[in-house]
Amino acid sequence: MATDTVLQEESQTQDSWSGGKKPFEISYGKLMMWYFLVSDAFTFAGLLIAYGAIRFSMPTWPVPDFVFAKVPFIDIEAPLVFVTFMTFVLILSSVTMVRAVQEGARENKSGVVKWMLWTIVGGATFLACQAWEWTTLIADEGMTATIDPFSNHMEGGVYMSGDELVKEGFSKHKIETHGSQDEGHHVEDSHGAASDKYYYLPARAKDIEENRYFVKADHHGNVLAGDKITAGDPYLITYSHDSHLYEFGAIKTNAGEITKESNGPVAFGSLFFFITGFHGFHVLSGVAFLLIIVINVGGGLYEKRKNGYEMVEKIGLYWHFVDLVWVFVFLVFYLL
Amino acid sequence: MAHLSYEESKKAVFKGLLLLGVITLAEVFIALIGNGHIIEGFELPIWIMYPAMISLSLYKAYFIVYQFMHMAYEVKSLALSVLMPMLLLVWGIIAFFHEGVSWKERRELIKEKNEKEAKSQGMLYDSETYKDLI
Repeated sequence: MATDTVLQEESQTQDSWSGGKKPFEISYGKLMMWYFLVSDAFTFAGLLIAYGAIRFSMPTWPVPDFVFAKVPFIDIEAPLVFVTFMTFVLILSSVTMVRAVQEGARENKSGVVKWMLWTIVGGATFLACQAWEWTTLIADEGMTATIDPFSNHMEGGVYMSGDELVKEGFSKHKIETHGSQDEGHHVEDSHGAASDKYYYLPARAKDIEENRYFVKADHHGNVLAGDKITAGDPYLITYSHDSHLYEFGAIKTNAGEITKESNGPVAFGSLFFFITGFHGFHVLSGVAFLLIIVINVGGGLYEKRKNGYEMVEKIGLYWHFVDLVWVFVFLVFYLL
Repeated sequence: MAHLSYEESKKAVFKGLLLLGVITLAEVFIALIGNGHIIEGFELPIWIMYPAMISLSLYKAYFIVYQFMHMAYEVKSLALSVLMPMLLLVWGIIAFFHEGVSWKERRELIKEKNEKEAKSQGMLYDSETYKDLI
């Protein structure tokens, strides 16, 4: 009776402890990959939660569908179109990865190579897209880790013209641009508009960047003086490629005050580049690992192991994790 | 996909692609229509948009982890050992978002107080007390 149960228990524990059993019935390598992904998930979660905390602490924050509205080759406003495309590329690469793992389970070497190569193409495409996105934001729009040219108007008003500024007592100064090297020769800048650009200083103010007022113009050179502003409207401070200056547009508020556009929260630029950069780094390392493993597959290394191409499964877990992180980065940065 | 045949498994993967694609489009659609990009001037309130987009993303996460990463076919305790720590993040989110809001409120309070007129008060006592000392 009592001795029976003790003996029963002993044989049970002997089975568990006599070796040859895997915890959770999973191989060591796969289990450790899962736990690495848990730790990486916490890293990304920490970054995204920091983004949330900082965003909640700011009176205003750039509007995502205004910031991320550019697409390659076509000069239109297409809010969120490009980043949605990037999301699809990554989802597709996850699907090709699942196919690679399925072919591995059947010990089909050529199938594994084919589907892994498609996954690599997907990853490389995503990286190229991200590089284009960064280039557009940095080079075209002048966004950096410390400068955020995207912001929102806090109160209503109207953009002022050069004449109105002069009437209010501002002094007019010519900007030295590339085009104005030739004296007396009316040179056109890259947009075909007149290269005579001016900035305005308030009466008796020192000629430093903080004191410069500009007539608002967009990147095409269209002057927006006279355009009405409503509180909450998003704006982008035009970064001029000729003068390398941020042209803070002069505004007359509805209350009659003369003010100008100001930069958005610094944290936006630093958070955006750091988090998307950190994610992109994961995509890059994922592509590197996929290349190494697909070469090994081609060379027959995993065929010899006869374990259903478990290495492909493991890198597949990492790749799906990268896709998963993007789902949340996409949600937090572009949708919310 | 352990219990499905090869053909069925292949079909299931592409069904998964379609599912994720449709959900992503739905999320983006909600974001665009809620901000007035599809119907001019139409706006959805945040308390409709955000829960909708967040729950769609959570569903995508569940699908990727359970189907693409095969968690559905693993031992339950493995799934728990991976997912239970994520519950800590729920508290992390609540705590830090509350923190962020509190920073904003404190900044506004400071700004408000800075703009208030200060009464000239001398040191600690009012002018009545000083009258006799001068």
